[in-house]
Amino acid sequence: MLSKRIIACLDVRDGQVVKGINFEGLRSAGDPGALARRYNREGIDEVVILDVTATIEKRKAMARTIGAVAQEIFLPLCVGGGINDEAHADSAIEAGADKVSLNTAAIARPELLTALARRYGSQAVIVAIDAKREAGAFRIYVRSGRQATDRDAVEWAREAADRGAGEILLTSIDRDGTKSGFDCELTAAVSEAVSIPVIASGGAGTFDHFVDVFTAGRADAALAASIFHYAERAVVDLKQHLAGRGIPVRL
Amino acid sequence: MIALVDYGAGNLTSVRKALRHLGARFATPATPAEMAGASAIIVPGVGNFEATTALAPDWRDRIAAAVAGGTPLLGICVGLQWLFEGSDEAPGVAGLAAMSGTCALIRGDEYDGFGRFKVPHVGWNSLHVRRDSWLLAGVREGDQVYFTHSYAAPVTAACVASTRYGVDFASAVQRDHVAGVQFHPEKSGAVGLRILGNFLEQVAA
Repeated sequence: MLSKRIIACLDVRDGQVVKGINFEGLRSAGDPGALARRYNREGIDEVVILDVTATIEKRKAMARTIGAVAQEIFLPLCVGGGINDEAHADSAIEAGADKVSLNTAAIARPELLTALARRYGSQAVIVAIDAKREAGAFRIYVRSGRQATDRDAVEWAREAADRGAGEILLTSIDRDGTKSGFDCELTAAVSEAVSIPVIASGGAGTFDHFVDVFTAGRADAALAASIFHYAERAVVDLKQHLAGRGIPVRL
Repeated sequence: MIALVDYGAGNLTSVRKALRHLGARFATPATPAEMAGASAIIVPGVGNFEATTALAPDWRDRIAAAVAGGTPLLGICVGLQWLFEGSDEAPGVAGLAAMSGTCALIRGDEYDGFGRFKVPHVGWNSLHVRRDSWLLAGVREGDQVYFTHSYAAPVTAACVASTRYGVDFASAVQRDHVAGVQFHPEKSGAVGLRILGNFLEQVAA
């Protein structure tokens, strides 16, 4: 049976892993290569690097970070954060990323998803969606959650899949950094609407939150950051917890 | 020197990284003629079977001749599918036909109790080892590897491991010195490196 994936997110700024609450208030969590090495040892299924200060000047520094992480793992590696054209995606992939995730740029220029899918295959193209509950729907925000759009998360997820995205990285802005659990309603709504995998993100605080998002939330994978950063063995313990609840995982 | 065939189907960075890690000597020949004398051939690939049209006829003929002469061959992902006669994904495109059978879309009406059945098949799934092979030496029943694909090869006599996702499909095939894996050994942790290493041992042998 296909395993539910556990993905560690490294939010990187200036070559260091940081983690914020509700997209703000960043604090340092250490060296990306060292964390990746530990996660690999603990049995993480995949690693995502998010460049939280992506600017053109920082691209070279980011390529070094991607290389340092890629050196430590023989697992799928996704890179996102400020990727806004093919050249930027190329530089991430050349540095060792297997997948790139697009957020603001995909909303602004959806044809970028198609162009990258043609070039690298859909499996290499992830659309990142940051959604917030508003008036009974899930509104998409861009620019790291700072700018509202008029797009609905479920409707955009369908379009992105049609345009060539191979997976959806779905973050609940309401839950991000709160440790109060994933937004299972949001995740299930998107997951049932598309035939591509959905990675749930935002709100992981306990192991049972993962159980919930894989059952009620219909998630194919779940991503977290701080729950793994600050506790040794968290990945192993989490997977054993999930296996004990009948959820297929790679042990 | 191993020939890693780059026919423009995606990104070879991870495959290169894994081969380097295992100490393999390899190159990506620019033309089919440059493959002459290769100690082994690896045909990688992601995405669509149609991309393998770039292999025909020149690469295909060279690869077929090398294989007939005993050169070990490993197909990865679409590279495994290409070892078969063809794929429903691109009906007009012929595979190498080193294995008999045609690849088909994964059918998914099997509800797994967690939600809608999704294609592509993305993530870690288990290997059901069907018989002993040099390719899977040291791999245990149930070991998991990383997949990302929508089409898959049938389970035939060449199948050394199958995987269940809606249907049972061939996740690893091997006949004599020709082998293929539907998963990505370069992204499958220690199990994947072991399988790549097994292929490299054939090259040395």
